[in-house]
Amino acid sequence: MTVLRRRDLPPLLRAIHDPPARLFLRGNSDAALLAQPAVAIVGARACSPYGAQVARMLGRELAAAGVVIVSGLARGIDGEAHRGALETDGHTVAVLGCGIDRDYPAAHATLAQSICRRSLLASEYEPGVEPAPWRFPARNRIIAGLCVATIVVEARERSGALITADFALEEGREVFAVPGEITSALSAGANALLRLGATPLTSAADVLESLGIESTAARPAADHPLLDLLPATADELVRKTGLAVGEVIAALAELDVAGLAAEGDGIYRRLA
Amino acid sequence: MLARAVTFALVGLEPRRVEVEAHLQGGTPSLTIVGLADRACQEAKQRVRSGILSAELEFPGGHVTVNLAPAELKKEGSGFDLPIALALLAASHQLPRARLADHASCGELALDGRLRRVGGVLAVAEGARRDELERIICPYEACAEAALAGVEPIGVRHLADAVAYLRGELEPPEFIVGNGKPRRRPLDLADVRGQERGRRALELAAAGRHNLLLGGPPGTGKTMLARRLPGILPPLEEEQALEVTRIHSVAGLVDLDHPLIGYAPFRAPHHSASTAAIVGGGPRLRPGEASLAHRGVLLLDELAEFQRPALEALRQPLEDGELVVARAAGSVRFPARFQLIATMNLCPCGARGDPGAHCSCSAQRLARYRDKLSRALLDRFDLVVTVPRARALELQAGPGEASDPVRARVVAARLRLADATPKRTSAADELLTRAVERLPLSGRGRAKVAGVSRTIAALADSDAVLPEHVAEALAYRAPTELATP
Repeated sequence: MTVLRRRDLPPLLRAIHDPPARLFLRGNSDAALLAQPAVAIVGARACSPYGAQVARMLGRELAAAGVVIVSGLARGIDGEAHRGALETDGHTVAVLGCGIDRDYPAAHATLAQSICRRSLLASEYEPGVEPAPWRFPARNRIIAGLCVATIVVEARERSGALITADFALEEGREVFAVPGEITSALSAGANALLRLGATPLTSAADVLESLGIESTAARPAADHPLLDLLPATADELVRKTGLAVGEVIAALAELDVAGLAAEGDGIYRRLA
Repeated sequence: MLARAVTFALVGLEPRRVEVEAHLQGGTPSLTIVGLADRACQEAKQRVRSGILSAELEFPGGHVTVNLAPAELKKEGSGFDLPIALALLAASHQLPRARLADHASCGELALDGRLRRVGGVLAVAEGARRDELERIICPYEACAEAALAGVEPIGVRHLADAVAYLRGELEPPEFIVGNGKPRRRPLDLADVRGQERGRRALELAAAGRHNLLLGGPPGTGKTMLARRLPGILPPLEEEQALEVTRIHSVAGLVDLDHPLIGYAPFRAPHHSASTAAIVGGGPRLRPGEASLAHRGVLLLDELAEFQRPALEALRQPLEDGELVVARAAGSVRFPARFQLIATMNLCPCGARGDPGAHCSCSAQRLARYRDKLSRALLDRFDLVVTVPRARALELQAGPGEASDPVRARVVAARLRLADATPKRTSAADELLTRAVERLPLSGRGRAKVAGVSRTIAALADSDAVLPEHVAEALAYRAPTELATP
């Protein structure tokens, strides 16, 4: 465990209106990791399978391009973004609203360990501090503060993710929002951000471009005919293509293994 | 005077020989039953007395002791009425003692002397055959059931008939043996419109005896699909049919005219079922739903609504194919090699996965719901399929393929699997390795995918497991959103 005093904080974080007095760090990475270009991926805890897939894809692709993924280790979008980053060789930092020795949420204890093994857990609270509702908005200012840009994937109205976006805007950082269905309560927050002028995010390349980073990871060739028919259920594809059900399912599974498509609640979506 | 009749008490499904001894002494008229008889068995006194008098026979005067030997074995139920009555009558010289000793007997007496059917006649008859007794005297309705054991049933309707038969005054009546087919036609797959993926999963489950979990919002036809599984299963082999019939007989569930259960049984307990109701037990150690589904299908509709202990108790039979119910007095084994099929919503409110509805569940509520199913239980499902809501277009479609051709394919695939297991080609192996690296797939998960891909190959009539078979099998693994909260 290391402790950064205020004057040792990375420049971006030190520059915010209310920087933490101290930052406790746990993990196998050097504190210098915090000074590398970082992007926050935040969103709803009770996210949809679509949101989870997008968060994981963004985490994976951005981390692969060398961007540090910062999030809050919560269930849902946060966890998926961390997991996506861990699937690559890249780094991801989890900022906690409690002491860095607490496993919170308990369901993400193993995820926290994986992050520790590779990168860092960070918190402004001393070890042993219990998680409390009023600590999370304060935690969000650190997430936004560490990053050059914040991505909101899925958020309800009055979501904590919007607090993070507000902090980012106040500090003059870039805010991206992933457009969602206008009929879904889960997209209300992200769509409201778009109306306020946030940059719509349609692929990881949008972020890399604004950061001036060139994507090094070659994207897999996506030319399968089924990909153009997605999103769809397997049954719909059977009817549209006239192929046997076994063939369609096999083709979709191959796309899944190749990282080109994924299933959520029975509906297949393309990832690339 | 002393006389003996032979019957069998059940310990679980196993018959144990019980000698019913009746001893007449002088003295005050009275009847005592000894030998660990339970309440129903103690009450035999009143039924036997009324039955003997109603049959216009003589109830012996003086003190009568009835001993059920061996004395340390608990005797339960009313099946001892007939042997007790016969032993009493033999002891009082109203029927030939030597002839009674050649017969097993069981049955409950009505107050007017008629015989009532009891559960477990098949197991008693099997005990009789094992002890080389060639005939069993039983209620007439239970003849067909007793005959399955390979002993000659003497079906009697009244105690007087049993006495007349033993005296050699009456020939045993004829009886009919059923054909082992289900009484009602099973539900047909032709009723299911659309749902190609669900139908495919059902066919795979039937062909490979895989456990299947159907998830999805309410009203998408999960239960409808699940209930049609028995209709595409092949009939049971003779040995299996006897095994199944024995269990159902003990539970008192066999059909009078068609006792042999030659088809895969189907059990669908309600989600309020207790652990004992599902795995068996209770004071009388009856087989539970899991055993009644032996060689057949156990459907758990709304899986997440079941009590967690009841679900966890299923892990043992899913692994070993039998249930061991342990009691202080000893343990009993019930066979329980069933195929598990379950349905569940994707969240407590049910809206998840339905594009037309909004899920109002919080993250914690969702996690609690999914925590109901332990990883260990979820791991037992070889096939996990999400059934999305059918669009109006699908519902307008004509009827789907009927069950008969599907069953023909299932039978062919099972023969092929029994004949020689298809092996993976090197390309298929490579795909599986790649998938293990890329997807969250545990060791058990890999084995499940390998098993399902063999079934897919067998259904495709292929000698080898090709990459497309492995790919399809990968699509049926448990999705991460069910696995991680």
